[in-house]
Amino acid sequence: MKLEVVRPGFTTTVQDLGRPGHAALGVGRSGAADRGSFRLANRLVGNPPGAAALEVTLGGLVLRASAVTTVAVTGALCPVSPGGMNAPMTLWPGDELVLGTASAGLRCYVAVRGGIDVPPVLGSRSTDTLGKLGPPPLAAGMLLPVGTPGAFPAADLAPRAALPDAPVLRVTPGPRRDWFASPDDLLSAVYTVSPDSDRVGIRLTGPALERVRHDELPSEACVPGSLQVPPSGRPILFHADHPTTGGYPVIAVVEEDDLDVAAQLRPGQTLRFRPAS
Amino acid sequence: MTVRLLPCGRRAVLVEPDDVLGFQAALEQAPPDGLVELVPAARTLLVRFDPSVTDADRLGALLRQVSPVDSVVSSSAEVVIPVVYDGEDLADVAADAGLSVSSLIARHSGGSYVSAFCGFAPGFAYLSGLDPALHVPRRPTPRTRIPAGSVAIAGEYSAVYPSASPGGWRLLGRTGVPVWDVERDPPNLLPPGTKVRFEAVRA
Repeated sequence: MKLEVVRPGFTTTVQDLGRPGHAALGVGRSGAADRGSFRLANRLVGNPPGAAALEVTLGGLVLRASAVTTVAVTGALCPVSPGGMNAPMTLWPGDELVLGTASAGLRCYVAVRGGIDVPPVLGSRSTDTLGKLGPPPLAAGMLLPVGTPGAFPAADLAPRAALPDAPVLRVTPGPRRDWFASPDDLLSAVYTVSPDSDRVGIRLTGPALERVRHDELPSEACVPGSLQVPPSGRPILFHADHPTTGGYPVIAVVEEDDLDVAAQLRPGQTLRFRPAS
Repeated sequence: MTVRLLPCGRRAVLVEPDDVLGFQAALEQAPPDGLVELVPAARTLLVRFDPSVTDADRLGALLRQVSPVDSVVSSSAEVVIPVVYDGEDLADVAADAGLSVSSLIARHSGGSYVSAFCGFAPGFAYLSGLDPALHVPRRPTPRTRIPAGSVAIAGEYSAVYPSASPGGWRLLGRTGVPVWDVERDPPNLLPPGTKVRFEAVRA
């Protein structure tokens, strides 16, 4: 069974839970940016939690089924037909799954019963946009192989809380906090998500963080959630496809549990940071 | 032996030891409970751990007890990388260093290098051992596209670009040796600890 890509939407990639464990080779974790929504989409179609699914930025995807199949859409709030979000739906041969434009949040996840069965690279089917690993982004006319279905879906609907309008992300101190004049300025500022944001990093505009040390930092390894501060003083929140090492100081690290919320931030949206308790 | 421990979220500690590869080798010989991954870099070693097994305080107490051991450098074979020295920055780097181009080539290809760490891109190895006369800063403005196989220098390191990417390093030449190939196991030709030598060849 294959799914035909009628329209790829703004940007759609195949993602799973990524390829952790290869950072010493320069290969990042990658994988779904909003892992909670990704896992839920798989659960709704009866897949194991790490089966490959589609990550759709801002919506706009249209897929056509060639056989009876079950799909589910989670994540950013988006008009979906047939059916709706956060529930399994059946596509009959010739049916099209249509995602409109997301009205809240940034990324939708489309899981297909059986999973997207592209060949794994280093143990993962994820597209790493920075490391250029995994399958290319979806294009019109592409045929997506679907794997052998396992279990049947066990849930009809998964109610989800609305995404926060003005998110607050929890942080712990980063390794180079002492390179900044007053690192707690990070906690009092209101930041705005820049349109330059992508799977590599969420660029923020707002007051500049002033440095007390101006020497070059030798490259050092980073973790997802690192708030790296380049010379501009505006932090970049390293996300799913972040480089494995970076050469600018990391002032703080966003809690792993809050990275799903960060993945749904839209350009222009404001956010704040607060210390993790 | 001194070791600085720096906080890095709830699932990692950044260690600043005197000897990164030796510290890493010691942890690989006797992995602490909950160790997930070690990522060496220029002066630091990232120690990722499973927060359901241990925490930064418990792991930190263990890390302060670690004595570096001889790393694997001495036992691994040497990789020879043939280089055609015709890079775009060759003349500029030679001029900045006060060397002739042929003397620059002799110094770059005469060095014995060790892969200190990988980062930036899959398979991008930072090779230490560059002649101090060739320590030059990165270009003020990075190039938007550097071809795969470019042999370059920046700061105290040399490298081979594993795939086409943007980059600010100074280009000395090119090689046909693929340093990164996902079809190969392991895909990386130059993992940390690998000894490397560059060999000047004709175009």
